[in-house]
Amino acid sequence: MTASVPTMRLDRHTILGAARRYGVLIIIVVLMIFMTAVSRAFLTPQNLLNILNQSTPLALIAGALTLVIISGGFDLSTGAIFGVAACSAAWLAVHVDPILGLVLALPIGMVLGIVNGLIITSFRVHSFLATLATSLVFRGIAVLITGGFLIPVRMEAFTWIGRGKIGMVNVAVLVLVAFTAMMMFLLNRTTFGRRVYAIGGNEEAAVLAGVRINLVKVSTFALTGLAAGLAAAIATSRISMGQPQAGLGMELEAIAAVILGGTSIYGGVGAVWRSIAGVLLLSLVNNAFNILNADPFFKDLTTGLIIVVAVALSAAGKSRR
Amino acid sequence: MGAGAEQFAVRLSGISKGFGSTVVLNDINLDIRAGEVHALVGENGAGKSTTGKIIGGYYSADQGTIEVFGEKVEHWTPRRALARGIAMIHQELQVVPALSVADNVFLGMEDNVGGVLKGTETKRFRELDKRCGFGLDPAAAVGGLRIADRQKVEIMRAVARNARVIIMDEPASSLTADEADRLHEVIAWLKRGGSSVIYVTHFLDHVIETADRVTIMRDGEIVRTGDVAAETKASLVEAMLGEPADVAFPIIPPIPDPSAPPLLEVRNLRTDTGLEDISLFVRPGEIVGLIGLVGSGRSEVARAIFGADPPLAGEIRIAGEPYVDPTPYRSVARGMSLVPEDRRKQGLVLTQRVRANMSLPHLGLVSRWHVMREAAERAKTIRLIDHFDVNPRTVDGDIALYSGGNQQKVLLGKWVYANPRVVILDEPSRGVDIGARRRIHDFIVELAAGGTAVLLISSELEEVMGMSHRGYLMSGGRIVGEVDPGTNSIADVLHRLFQANEAVRGAGAPL
Repeated sequence: MTASVPTMRLDRHTILGAARRYGVLIIIVVLMIFMTAVSRAFLTPQNLLNILNQSTPLALIAGALTLVIISGGFDLSTGAIFGVAACSAAWLAVHVDPILGLVLALPIGMVLGIVNGLIITSFRVHSFLATLATSLVFRGIAVLITGGFLIPVRMEAFTWIGRGKIGMVNVAVLVLVAFTAMMMFLLNRTTFGRRVYAIGGNEEAAVLAGVRINLVKVSTFALTGLAAGLAAAIATSRISMGQPQAGLGMELEAIAAVILGGTSIYGGVGAVWRSIAGVLLLSLVNNAFNILNADPFFKDLTTGLIIVVAVALSAAGKSRR
Repeated sequence: MGAGAEQFAVRLSGISKGFGSTVVLNDINLDIRAGEVHALVGENGAGKSTTGKIIGGYYSADQGTIEVFGEKVEHWTPRRALARGIAMIHQELQVVPALSVADNVFLGMEDNVGGVLKGTETKRFRELDKRCGFGLDPAAAVGGLRIADRQKVEIMRAVARNARVIIMDEPASSLTADEADRLHEVIAWLKRGGSSVIYVTHFLDHVIETADRVTIMRDGEIVRTGDVAAETKASLVEAMLGEPADVAFPIIPPIPDPSAPPLLEVRNLRTDTGLEDISLFVRPGEIVGLIGLVGSGRSEVARAIFGADPPLAGEIRIAGEPYVDPTPYRSVARGMSLVPEDRRKQGLVLTQRVRANMSLPHLGLVSRWHVMREAAERAKTIRLIDHFDVNPRTVDGDIALYSGGNQQKVLLGKWVYANPRVVILDEPSRGVDIGARRRIHDFIVELAAGGTAVLLISSELEEVMGMSHRGYLMSGGRIVGEVDPGTNSIADVLHRLFQANEAVRGAGAPL
């Protein structure tokens, strides 16, 4: 029997665990206090809503990507899916119907996500390699759709989801709130979420428990594809333009945000809200540099350092006892 | 060194250690003499492995001091421990499977000029082997060796680094009786060379056979340390449990009606994991043992029936209905449970809590339209925790920090969540303490009494013979005979197994 003398002790292990879980929030709060102190332009409802609004496409992707990473997978193709969905939406808007373009961006993204999932599960390719390859293919498809040109969409109906507002709040932000709530519900309240955590924590045990791991894995990639499609619809609507290079590098930003939120790249551990917080932190840094008019060179450097700290924290949480 | 009465290789004073909110060691005072074999025994979770790991530098103590050869040490790490002559040989061996024996032995201490290897490992290995006399092939890949030989690689690694204290954490848990004997010769050899061996083990026979002194632990504290000569198996068990114990097995329910149709039936099963022509059946309420040496294919039978390794040919029937194309998903749906051999690798999801671990195969029972019914799940979990007497009694306990016995109880709870019809138990009591072991045996009896068909696999002949109505003998992936535990003796069974094993080896192996 384990000797169980229940004492609440704040040892190193507990503190590191908390740092891993709430580190991103702590950094956000510190940064916000700092910005409020140095700039009057920062703590205004307008600026904060702007930050949120600009973060929306990335936050949608990071939220769904969290599920893939918790299940022990990796997705390097979200930027390319975003590109395909953006080009398709613009093409459909110009050639068929603007609303149809926005709506179809979602299933298009989802289908590409399912393709990722099927390649990974049926050929047993590591998701890192599979999505690295499909990201090139998808980006090629985006170029094929546009013929390499920009597709401008000058239509009122096309822009409302990206630019529209209900009261003070952008429609896009409301979409993000709803989508995040849905992802959190899936992960924390459903049997699907349980299986996602189980596969990431111990795939062999999950198989032996009768979990159909291929089904679950394909579903996580499908959701991420869907999120990338939704993100593309919003972003394309916002700039009224489809371009094949849309979303370039977004896949890495999304991964960075998820890791910033303390989700383990080894799988099994993580939460959606923390990935959203990770995105907000990246946006806050961006915003701070704009407000302070600082040299943008230091922006990447600062972002990189913050990620290093976050990763070091999450590694420290699981090492030596 | 080592002549004076006060000369200790290792001395622990007032060592305490906790994980999270659980205290694992409480004020441990322990002396390891130079040149002695010192056994650490106790139930799982008693703290013996933790003690070994603190001496080896793998865990840091929260309080207390460590002295090594009379000197107090600080910031103790495995690397520093090794530099002072303390090496640890883990339960899960830490060798690099792809490298050769010689490369593994000298890993990290290769002869080199500015980082460029001189390639003298084989020569150095031969010199070292003159001292050890294990006769391993320096060029063989370690991944292809038997566990006993891998252990020797680790021991040679320790000897090559001039280790004077060697900690062995459950070295015999995955060895056959024959291999364990050879391990004990090695321990005796280390002792003759003046080294101390700290031997953490569950096998009390081994303690009596090989150790000079023994320390008995219970609930993170030392019960007593004394000469082995003054102890018996019964006295050790009594001290470990803290109450007079009987080491016997519970009485199993009467043999079910032999005319009852079998609940599980397997005919001519063949797999690419090495099984040939496996046929067996289990009646409701019957406990059937699969008896064989390590590597005879027992676990493979379990995995094939459950659908973890798809069968190539053969037929499986559950309650008379044909079960084609088995997968774990379908097996669970048909009321079958497999409690796998390796609870940490195959059984539990250590990143999830107790509640989520138990419900994983049967989420449908505690959800509606795929939405979890948390209250129902909690109620179910606490019922199973109480049924198995899991300690701590926490629905959302962090299972990664539980002792082996309590982890195993959670795993059993997971597999009786939905009242299974057929339960396959692969090494259900491996590496658990005596208290948990007894609970597990009672559980097997409960299952059979309730009409479940039980297929029991165990490396421990006493266990499988003591707990089964009937037994199949396995060797080389085939069933080679049947035994009646009521009339056949253990010695008899062992004799037959070795004979079968010889026959198989004689047919196939080069030596």
